[in-house]
Amino acid sequence: MSFVSRGFRGRRRDTGADPTRVPPGQYVTEDFPVLSAGPTPHTPLDEWTFSIENGGGGKSWSWEEFRALPSEEMTVDIHCVTRWSKLDTAWEGVSIDTLLEQVEHEAAYALAFCDGGYTTNLPLEDVSDGKAWVAFAYDGEPLDPEHGGPARLLVPHLYFWKSAKWVRGLTLRDDDEPGFWETYGYHSYGDPWREQRYAGD
Amino acid sequence: MRTIVLDTPVWPGHRAGQHLDVRLTAEDGYRAEREYSIASAPSEPVAITVERLDDGEVSPYLTEELRRGDEIELRGPIGGYFVWDPEDDSPLLLVAGGSGIVPLRAMLRHRRRSESDVPVRLLYSARSLADVIYRAELDEPADGIEVAYTLTREQPPGWTGYARRVDQELLEEIAWPAEDGALAFVCGPTSFVEAVANGLVELGYPPARVKTERFGATGS
Repeated sequence: MSFVSRGFRGRRRDTGADPTRVPPGQYVTEDFPVLSAGPTPHTPLDEWTFSIENGGGGKSWSWEEFRALPSEEMTVDIHCVTRWSKLDTAWEGVSIDTLLEQVEHEAAYALAFCDGGYTTNLPLEDVSDGKAWVAFAYDGEPLDPEHGGPARLLVPHLYFWKSAKWVRGLTLRDDDEPGFWETYGYHSYGDPWREQRYAGD
Repeated sequence: MRTIVLDTPVWPGHRAGQHLDVRLTAEDGYRAEREYSIASAPSEPVAITVERLDDGEVSPYLTEELRRGDEIELRGPIGGYFVWDPEDDSPLLLVAGGSGIVPLRAMLRHRRRSESDVPVRLLYSARSLADVIYRAELDEPADGIEVAYTLTREQPPGWTGYARRVDQELLEEIAWPAEDGALAFVCGPTSFVEAVANGLVELGYPPARVKTERFGATGS
C-alpha cells in the first residue's frame, strides 16, 4: 500500500545503467560499500582452510590446495539488501560445483560458515550449476579483507548478504537452518527480483 | 541535519540500535527507499535523525521538504544484532564517527529511561564542534556516563578535548580495559569502524563483543 509522499519527485539518477538489470527498490552505485556486523577477521593464509562438512565424510582444502583448483573469472551484478546495486563487478573464484564434485552427498541445503562466526543458509541448488563461487579476487586484485578476503562466497543472484565474507566452508544439511541475518528478521531466501528483503516478504 | 519524530499508528516497538526503512513515492509511482537508524529510545515516539547529503535523493526531501502532518511510509524495526538491552549489565563502550552517533544516542536514552546504571564511555569523533549532533543532551551531566569528543578537522579556541582521528592510543585511553568484559558498539563510516573495531580487538576485546554498523559512502 504505497501512497504518494507530498512534494516528492525523486531524483532518478541517470547512471546510464540498464534499468532491466536493477531489481525493484535498488539504486545503482559506483562505490563498493562495506557492511558487516563485527570486526574484520584477519586469518593468515597458512591457517586458512575451506571445508565442506557433510556428517562424517567431508573435505578440506588448504589455501594452496584451494588455489590450485581450476578457477573462473566472471562479471556479475550484485544487489545489497540495503538497496545499492553494483553492475558489472569482476571476480575470480572457484565454482562451488568444483568443490562439491569432490564430496559425496545428498543434501538439499548448505549453511555457509565464516571467520567471525557469521553464517548464512542457501538451498544447494542455488550454489550449484555455475551459480556460485568462492571468490578470492576482485577487479584483478586479491580480495581486500574489508570485502571478505581472503575469500568470500559469491552468489550474485541472491541479496549480497548471502555472499558471505571470510567464508571458511559449507555445512551440508538435509534441512534449511537459518543463518545469522536470517535469524534477525531477514528473508530466508533473499531473491532481489522478488524483493525478499525481510521475513514475510 | 534534522531529527524527525514520527507518529506511528502501528508500530510493534523497537530496540535501541535498530533501524527502519523509509519509502517515498512520487506522483508517477516512482519510489525511493532508504534505511535510517532509529534515534529514540524504545519507550519514546519513533524518531530518526537525517543528515542531508547534497547529491542525495531521500535525505534532501526529509530534511527540507517534509512538513508536520505529512505522511511517509515506514517499515521496521529492522536488525536485531546491533542492539543494546539494559538486561546486559556489562560496561558499555560506544564509539561514534559522525552521524554514527544516532543509534548510540538511542542506547543512551534507553539507558536513562530504563534507569539502568550500566557504566558508559562514549567516544565521539566529529569534524568540528558544529558537527556534533545532540551536543546539548550529551553534555548534560549523567551519572555513570563519560563522554569524550575528538574533533578531527577544526577545534574551537581553547579546546581541551581530543583533536585527532581515533588512533590506537586514544582508543586505549578511552576504552574499558578488555578484562572489564565491556560490550562495544561502533558506528560510523567504513574506514572509521574498520580502524576502531580492529583496534579494540588488538586491545583484547573478543570480536563477538564488538558490534559494528558501517555507513557506506552512498547512504543518501
